Amino acid sequence: MAVLRREDTSDCFVMPGKMVLPVQYFAGRAGSQFIISLRDERKILGVKCPQCKKVYVPPREYCEKDFTKLDENWVEVGNQGVVANFTVVHYNDKHLPLKAPYILALIKLDGADTPIAHIVSGIDPEKVSIGLRVEAVFADKTTNTILDIDHFAPIVD
Amino acid sequence: MKRVAICAAAQHKIEPDIWYKRFQGMLLDILEDLQKQTGFIFDDEKGVHDIVSCSDDFFDARTISDNGVCDAIGGHYRGEDKMAQEGLNGIGYAMAMILSGHDDVIYLPAHCKESQAESRYMNSNLAYDPFYCRCLGLDYLNTAGLQARAYMQKAKITEEQLAKVVVRARRWASRNPYANETRQLELGDVMFSPMLCDPIRTLHAYPVSDGAVGLLLASEERAYEFTDNPIWITGFGNCMDSYFLGDRDLASSLALKKAASQAYKMAGIKSPKKKVDLVELMDCYAYQQPMWLEGLGLCAEGKGGQFIDENGPAKYNVNLSGGMLTGRPLMIGGLYGAAEAVLQLKGQAGEHQAADVNCAVVHSTTGGAGQFHTVLVLER
Repeated sequence: MAVLRREDTSDCFVMPGKMVLPVQYFAGRAGSQFIISLRDERKILGVKCPQCKKVYVPPREYCEKDFTKLDENWVEVGNQGVVANFTVVHYNDKHLPLKAPYILALIKLDGADTPIAHIVSGIDPEKVSIGLRVEAVFADKTTNTILDIDHFAPIVD
Repeated sequence: MKRVAICAAAQHKIEPDIWYKRFQGMLLDILEDLQKQTGFIFDDEKGVHDIVSCSDDFFDARTISDNGVCDAIGGHYRGEDKMAQEGLNGIGYAMAMILSGHDDVIYLPAHCKESQAESRYMNSNLAYDPFYCRCLGLDYLNTAGLQARAYMQKAKITEEQLAKVVVRARRWASRNPYANETRQLELGDVMFSPMLCDPIRTLHAYPVSDGAVGLLLASEERAYEFTDNPIWITGFGNCMDSYFLGDRDLASSLALKKAASQAYKMAGIKSPKKKVDLVELMDCYAYQQPMWLEGLGLCAEGKGGQFIDENGPAKYNVNLSGGMLTGRPLMIGGLYGAAEAVLQLKGQAGEHQAADVNCAVVHSTTGGAGQFHTVLVLER
């Protein structure tokens, strides 16, 4: 194959752009119930599969393993749980909710089988560890997303 | 069973920012290269009637991204299908078109300029749902950070072992004329490079990459019209894991194991350790090289660290091109791997040619933390 030659780049115009796309997106019936419960009652809901007994958080309408309908089987999971895994984000970018460094973790809530992703604050990123017990700190203002939990913070005994 | 051949492959030199050439122009270079190698044309009789292209709407900043390149790939006036999954699946799709009898020659061009996005991580953030994941800033880097910690603990991977993976990749890349990042590194450079997304360090991550790649596929009956030494597709498989990170075991790749077992079964491979001579795998981050080798059945489960120290990657000729770690564009990285494997099987890989390559495995992945995997087996 011919080796690429550096081409003449005089009078080359590069157009900057931005994709802006107003959209709407349905949370689903299970998702709506989850968000409403977070917002109005500060309770975190999961669903339990009657077939395989797995407790899913976030909730969903059907079990992806056996296609059992789940959304009548609400269970309230705890607002507390443990850090099951984490990373410390050291880069900054426009889509990130916080300035670096911050802790992004998978948190296994008490009573849930599937850890959820969320931010852990209130502890030095150097000191976070797997197994750390944390609890949900709810946001003052609702965004109607998982960010109605503002972050998780270490439980102070 | 009928056989499908890859007749030839063409690669554009990968660079961090090919701003001075449109991706349409890059694809035209690929087309001309492949036509020169094989003599294929677009006439209605014996020419190419069907194109399978691969590109990404978000990196091209337009939907139906193939519409922007159809003229440059021969996609006007004939059949054209776009693979919106990772590019290696385009080979699976083209293979199925030939095996079904729909057509007997397929041209497969692909392009991606990661540099067109202000941030490729902003792009991958849009792969997530707006309620549970996108608003938390999940992207393909920080989800890999979570997986890196889970896997490194399980497989007892050390900083030094990760550095060995990167240093080796750079060494091989320097022999590959198409490779992107070829600056040579010492172990310490990698081990003390700044943290990017703990435990992923800056030099554990693949660099921003622009490129284009193309392949010509044909039925066994037609293959020799285009080449004297066709490379045969003997196995193909893919598998999608659960979407939510918490639903998966991040330290073990269920999806890759299933994709590999499907591909090996089709190829009649009972023991990949005995059969596989060369591997091109998609290691976007250093921890992924041993992890995906476990998934491919070439390294024992949870033994990735030891495998690196015992020179396992050299034994199986892993990523003699430099691999994804030295820079390939997302979404078409697997096709670059396929193109490299074709060169190796044909004995045309030049300074990075391995001896006696008869069976090569090509792997690709997309989705945060290896949600989706594809495995292709090629033999000469």
